[in-house]
Amino acid sequence: MLSRIGESLFWIGRYLERADDTARLLDVQMQMLVEDPSTDEITSCEQLFAVMGIEDFDGVPNRWSMLDNLAYDQKSPTSIAAVIGSMREAARSARETLSTDVWSAINTTWQGVPAATSMRPVEMFNWVRRRTAMISGSADDSMPRDQGWYFYVLGRNIERADMTARLLSTAASAGGSGVAWQNTLRACGGYESFLRTYRGIERDSAAAEYLLLDRWFPRSLVSSLSEAERALTRLDVAGRRAGFSDEALRLLGRARTEIEYRPLNELLETMPFEMERLQRACSAASDAITARYFAQENWHMWTGRVSL
Amino acid sequence: MTQAQLFEGYGPVAGYDEMYGESGLRDLYTAVHAAFGKMPPEEVRQRAEGLASSYLEQGITFGVAGEERPFPLDIVPRIIEADAWDEVEAGVKQRVKALEAFLADAYGAGELFRDGVVPRKTVVTSSHYHRVVAGIDPANGVRIHVAGIDLIRDGNGDFRVLEDNARVPSGVSYVMTNRRAMSGGLPEVFAHHRIRPVARYSRQLLSALRAAAPAGVSDPTVVVLTPGVYNSAYFEHTLLARTMGVELVEGRDLVCHGGRVMMRTTDGLAPVHVIYRRIDDEFLDPLAFRADSTLGVPGLINAARAGNVTIANAVGNGVADDKLLYTYVPDLIRYYLHEEPILRNVDTWRCGDADQREEVLDRLDELVLKPVDGSGGKGIVIGPAATREELDELRAKVIAAPRDWIAQPVVSLSTVPTLVEDGIRPRHVDLRPFAVNDGDDVWVLPGGLTRVALPEGELIVNSSRGGGSKDTWVLARPTEPIEEVDDDLETHSSSQSQSQSQTMAPVPVPSREA
Repeated sequence: MLSRIGESLFWIGRYLERADDTARLLDVQMQMLVEDPSTDEITSCEQLFAVMGIEDFDGVPNRWSMLDNLAYDQKSPTSIAAVIGSMREAARSARETLSTDVWSAINTTWQGVPAATSMRPVEMFNWVRRRTAMISGSADDSMPRDQGWYFYVLGRNIERADMTARLLSTAASAGGSGVAWQNTLRACGGYESFLRTYRGIERDSAAAEYLLLDRWFPRSLVSSLSEAERALTRLDVAGRRAGFSDEALRLLGRARTEIEYRPLNELLETMPFEMERLQRACSAASDAITARYFAQENWHMWTGRVSL
Repeated sequence: MTQAQLFEGYGPVAGYDEMYGESGLRDLYTAVHAAFGKMPPEEVRQRAEGLASSYLEQGITFGVAGEERPFPLDIVPRIIEADAWDEVEAGVKQRVKALEAFLADAYGAGELFRDGVVPRKTVVTSSHYHRVVAGIDPANGVRIHVAGIDLIRDGNGDFRVLEDNARVPSGVSYVMTNRRAMSGGLPEVFAHHRIRPVARYSRQLLSALRAAAPAGVSDPTVVVLTPGVYNSAYFEHTLLARTMGVELVEGRDLVCHGGRVMMRTTDGLAPVHVIYRRIDDEFLDPLAFRADSTLGVPGLINAARAGNVTIANAVGNGVADDKLLYTYVPDLIRYYLHEEPILRNVDTWRCGDADQREEVLDRLDELVLKPVDGSGGKGIVIGPAATREELDELRAKVIAAPRDWIAQPVVSLSTVPTLVEDGIRPRHVDLRPFAVNDGDDVWVLPGGLTRVALPEGELIVNSSRGGGSKDTWVLARPTEPIEEVDDDLETHSSSQSQSQSQTMAPVPVPSREA
């Protein structure tokens, strides 16, 4: 597979997941602002900006600037609207390798952005989740399980781990209010399954455990990291009897075991720190993948003319 | 709106109308006319909108000034009868063969110059003549792997050649998507005709490209080379790569090592043998042409000269579609093939010729002036429609560089019924049949791209000038088998939705007969 195409598929996976998860994250945040009167709007929006890596924001952090920055404004690179644009651009440059179903799903989503940005927030979040579900469903149904598929899966799961870590930081920093954990579980689409698993016992630590460690819940950190590791193993055709030749695999595996084999109490105490470390690992793994599979030699610019 | 209004005002027009002759409706269009007659006008509009929105959804667009627009497809098909098509097919084949012979000669022995068929000056002064490729012999002798010969029908309905495209003719993707869209949008009319299929194009092209592989390569790797997503024909590049099942590469995906071309893959470098390039000559190789081009691959021309890679279409083909050379093509056909031209040229004056130039300058306001190296309708001045200032400016240009201009009378293009704001009206069309040369034979795609000028009276049909397209149906003879269904392209998504059954019971297994 062409390196450029591999890279596009990897990023389609990342953008798709990011659009979906940003919508979920904002949904939680908006509900919190509406339902929990004790929440301080400015502080909590400030925290969310920090979690989403928006540092040089110089307006007033409130729900409207949050929605602009993270959802509506196409000029803000973190917004859902911009992320959908980037996803479509990546899909366009890999058009011939995508199935027509996947392409039309992505293309019509992009065409729907102007209409979506005039919807009410909750409607828009629902729209984003429906569209991303449709894209990932078509991909699941129609993409052959070749290298390209594993780059796509890899991109999705790295992004998912990264975004779940951000969701968890947001919930943890909301100061352990039960509402926050409940909403986070809802945003991940895992509230009902959580209740079934824990027989209705709603403890913050249980909710955190579920989102961090559950091996069966596909949005938990451990699940998405394992999934990403599996994809990397499939891509590494050489295969080794001992050790790892692949830097990304080493990084992700280490990040996962740090969480998986640490006592839950310890994790909960240092949650924001752990989540930040995990995000750094994801970003380093992404760089390692780029270096190994996609990196181009520096582009030559011919300034002189050679006479023939 | 009633039916009467859809066709109301569709009267006789100046020139040849393909639906109405002197004695009324032509037999060829009876079924189409009747079908639109049975349909309420609202439904016709609805179906036309359906075509447009399906194109938008699939991203079947072309770029105008950086913006993607859906390619307008008109709902009324254009029909060509089998006999008329035979003539087109034979004429296009003949023309491509003569142009191939010309290119081989012009970049090789140069016999035509010695025999005085075409002055050497005419060829080497063309801006598309590239001395750098002289002496490169293509592996199977083919230089024009794909040709698009633009035709029009004159006042008598006879096909005439307007120009040749031997470089990178585009538009074939719309022929394929138009057919797919029309079979969904107008099924009852479609089923009423025996239409020759167009989906074979990709297979023909792939086999021609494989046949052009360098000597000794038994299983060549073919790629399509695109300038990238911002190119106006990017949709076409992806469609061709997809339907041929080959990689679509950009210049930055390729690299030359030791006279060989490789592409960068996730498993390292992989060799490339045949490049169907959709990049103009000037941008292909910064070592040989424009040093500032970042679209191409440094070293590509040397790799081609070393015989390790085939570039299709060949570099330097532009001399064959230079509009000045066009005036010599009938002579070339007689010289190389010893045949009379089957398709006639449009009458043309060469401004480089002193006597002819004088006549042209006298009649600037009645003629159409075309730059010899232009394409896409660029730089064309239509005398009767031009202002005094424009004509004066043109006169100065022609006097300054006479070699760069030819002149033609205003040809009244034929008209075909087309759905516009007021109803169905006659609009001017041309036709670009596509020919694929695999070295053994020239194959002509039945139909080709019909472009239609949507504004009333407009004579320039290019999509960049607000033109649309029509599905072009070449009818098969009653006895002729229609070999295959168009199965290479996606179906329109809405036709796939099927009603779900309410129960969850499995589909019963037919009971086994004892």
